[in-house]
Amino acid sequence: MADLALFGALARIGDDRLVLGHRTSEWCGHGPILEEDIALSNIALDLIGQANHVLTYAGATEGAGRDQDALAYFRDAADYRNALLCELPNGDFGVTIVRHFLYGVFSVLQWDALSKSTDETLAGIAAKSVKEARYHVRHAGEWVIRLGDGTAESHRRAQDAVDALWAYTGELFVQPADESALVAAGITADVSLLHATWQSQVASVLHRATLTVPASGWMQGGGRTGLHTEHLGHLLAEMQIVARSHPGAKW
Amino acid sequence: MIDRDQVFAWLDEVKDPEVPVLSVVELGVVRDAVVDADGSVTVTVTPTYSGCPAMRVIEEAIRDALLEHGIAQVTVRTTFTPAWTTDWIPESARAKLEAYGIAPPGRAEASDELVPLRRAGAGPRCPFCKSPRTALRSEFGSTACKALWVCAECTQPFEAFKAI
Repeated sequence: MADLALFGALARIGDDRLVLGHRTSEWCGHGPILEEDIALSNIALDLIGQANHVLTYAGATEGAGRDQDALAYFRDAADYRNALLCELPNGDFGVTIVRHFLYGVFSVLQWDALSKSTDETLAGIAAKSVKEARYHVRHAGEWVIRLGDGTAESHRRAQDAVDALWAYTGELFVQPADESALVAAGITADVSLLHATWQSQVASVLHRATLTVPASGWMQGGGRTGLHTEHLGHLLAEMQIVARSHPGAKW
Repeated sequence: MIDRDQVFAWLDEVKDPEVPVLSVVELGVVRDAVVDADGSVTVTVTPTYSGCPAMRVIEEAIRDALLEHGIAQVTVRTTFTPAWTTDWIPESARAKLEAYGIAPPGRAEASDELVPLRRAGAGPRCPFCKSPRTALRSEFGSTACKALWVCAECTQPFEAFKAI
């Protein structure tokens, strides 16, 4: 049976991981050291795997005959519901790591909350994903400390990354109004309730990394309703070209 | 008449493509098997890691193995609940892993720390010289399920099954 509210909520959850996963896969073959190349490629695989599970379920709830591949490869940027933070370019290694850390803490909190969902399928996917997210955030958190408390150059780059990405973190905690019935039914989690914990967790790691927590200021938004930066279109062009050039191809 | 135990015995012959010393039953990927009155079999599997690229190969191998044993109708369904954990890998399989050169997983820790920054507990012993003096080189290895370690005693790099 079609449930468009649930479909929309699942698209937000799945698209975050798909877009960030694809972004992260761009590091494959370009990592600064072999171990990091492998680490980032593994993380990308996990994120895309999580997206695969969520979007498969999203397609089933929509009831329009779209499977996970149709949702990934045949939606345009305006139909994507990921947070802007996930689609920004990788930048240098510092930006990549800081983004993984800022998003990763949110991701752990969100999966943990969703693992208590009254929706069995979503709770199952979340209980599985939170284990992976904890692994990812440990990797990113260790690197944030290493970079921030490292050399003058690594400190500067890490702080620049924190300052540049900070304005994109607010969107993660804006609870979409069209999900209120789902939250009331215990199906999805109210992300606004995760903000205080996120803030304290992030601050404690940044302090250990000798990095400064930016003052809260203007926050970017729009991704949750399909208003994206120009970067998403370029990302999708690369991600979707093969599927769109050869629709239905099997290999 | 084929029963559940028979199906599990057959599936115990199906090896994980990336860790060929373990069967998909030992790995804990096969959660259940139901034999219907008409002889068709439904196997329930759970993925190890969300992004594990071997899952589809494993599902096909399960289907092929049962078809070879004369099961005409095989269905493989996926469940996420309960989430896969390395704690399901039995002691006998852990010994096989170590003999193969992969350090078996420790107990999956239930850390209260929300954003864990350090691994809790001791690392694995070296599967080659059995020394406990080992150091983590990378939390990520050649497959999603393994991490990269190095032995300080015999200097041998080795992979260890991550405990999750």
